[in-house]
Amino acid sequence: MSGAGVTERPDRRGKPRATLSEDAPRPAAGSAGFRTLLAKEVLRFWKVSFQTVAAPVLTGVLYLLVFGHVLEDRVQVFPGVGYTAFLIPGLVMMSVLQNAFANSSSSLIQSKITGNLVFVLLPPISTREFFLAYVAAAVTRGVVVGAGVFAVTVWFAPPAFKAPLWILVFAFSGAGLLGVLGLIAGIVSDKFDQLAAFQNFVIMPATFLSGVFYSVHGLPPFWQAVSHLNPFFYLIDGFRYGFFAVSDASPWLSLAIVLAAAAAASAVALSMLARGYKIRS
Amino acid sequence: MPATAAIEVSELVKRYPGVVALDGVSLRVEQGEFFGLLGPNGAGKTTLISIVAGLSRATSGRAAVMGHDVVADYRAARSRIGVVPQELVFDPFFTVRETLQFQSGYFGLRENDGWIDEVMAHLDLTAKADANMRTLSGGMKRRVLVAQALVHRPPVIILDEPTAGVDVELRQGLWAFIRRLNREGHTIVLTTHYLEEAQQLCARIGMLKSGRLIALDRTQALLQRLADVQVTLRLRGELPATLRAQASEQGDGRVTLRVASAAEVEGVLAACREAGAAIEEVEVGHADLEDVFMQLMASDREGAGA
Repeated sequence: MSGAGVTERPDRRGKPRATLSEDAPRPAAGSAGFRTLLAKEVLRFWKVSFQTVAAPVLTGVLYLLVFGHVLEDRVQVFPGVGYTAFLIPGLVMMSVLQNAFANSSSSLIQSKITGNLVFVLLPPISTREFFLAYVAAAVTRGVVVGAGVFAVTVWFAPPAFKAPLWILVFAFSGAGLLGVLGLIAGIVSDKFDQLAAFQNFVIMPATFLSGVFYSVHGLPPFWQAVSHLNPFFYLIDGFRYGFFAVSDASPWLSLAIVLAAAAAASAVALSMLARGYKIRS
Repeated sequence: MPATAAIEVSELVKRYPGVVALDGVSLRVEQGEFFGLLGPNGAGKTTLISIVAGLSRATSGRAAVMGHDVVADYRAARSRIGVVPQELVFDPFFTVRETLQFQSGYFGLRENDGWIDEVMAHLDLTAKADANMRTLSGGMKRRVLVAQALVHRPPVIILDEPTAGVDVELRQGLWAFIRRLNREGHTIVLTTHYLEEAQQLCARIGMLKSGRLIALDRTQALLQRLADVQVTLRLRGELPATLRAQASEQGDGRVTLRVASAAEVEGVLAACREAGAAIEEVEVGHADLEDVFMQLMASDREGAGA
């Protein structure tokens, strides 16, 4: 280091060593703060990957084995598409969504409750960097788990890849949306049981009732209409379109709705972070 | 024009629903000072530190670190301050070295291993560098907290009760290291419940009570506010009426009298003898910071300091 205010003085071994007696120039944290926080968040779930990656992959496989076995010969949702092949993309997307949500929400609430959030609140990390790092880590976990579920289940009924770009677009945008929702849930919750309530009474029903296991076309008109109010329905539907080029709604409409939901959720999360809501008292 | 203050707060107010944690505190800590912030629990010490560190937001008033406003210019302010929090917090996912590397990265220092090694060596953490944080003892976790506050070599270092629950050896080692940092030019702000430590270490002291600064002075000047010498006696018989005004009961049958100088001790003893009170035990000492603290905390707000 050099510059005004840094005094060089030799230590006992005679080596010059910089000390900060005056106001030395400081490195601009800038993107380094974001990159470090992202790396920390990714390493956090990776260190316990048995629980954060392997366990949800196993859950996905169990769903496939049970529902696929029971329903394979009884249900055909799309013409020419077997039930197991139909189910695989739904399970993959459900895993992406649930794990993206779990990552940002559980990391944040753990840090809040144990108090170690202070380590990221003291440094010069901006609201935007904080937001992007948590969401990017959530996307990473969601996509890694989704890829894991896909890699294990694809052998049961290899699906087609009719529009692969849509697969990627919905996987990432869905993970992003749920990562933001997880961030909001983590900010708002003060205790683990509040977060668990959010997870069990909002996220779980919304993903289960979004058409993971069925096509909403098979539902009575009332429940079809209700399903169309669920943003997760568009995520699953658009994601599945990438495999079969068949869907209940147009993928463009689905994308527009997902992006609108993500933008709205991001605005809420950024505003909470900027105000320091429940984080900087 | 005076040099930029290490920390400057003016008219700082912090209200929580139903509580006024800070009630208009103004304070300037100069660069290179070793400053003590004292006060009973709930006086507002941690609130004040939290606002300066950007962990909490003031209801009104402003705070600056090295001339940088902690809200408007938070990046500059936060990069110049290191805080050792009071709570023994840690991230159970990581090792000591990972913890310090991440902390460096948050401050924009990507290649900081030389300094990290040096800080670990000074805090006797080298042997534990690759140990998971969960496995460390309380004292070791405290050292990591100190190391985390220093990774970015902040010119201003705040230690909030750093020696709570720490054994004597670590306490001595920690103070030797902090003193060295102070000699090298770092400004140190310390809160502690151990008034003896504050008296030994801090050249200047501010005392908070109920969110107000009730004293702010050099440590020596604060000590001189109380009569210099105190005589503690155990008597067989009554304390003479002439001495009662300057006496306080110790609760163990002894009384303590404050006198202006050592020369007056003789007069006190003579008065007792003349009144027929036999002296069974005598102890002569100086007022310490604890006496000053107790007196200031007991007195009303009129004592607001220089």
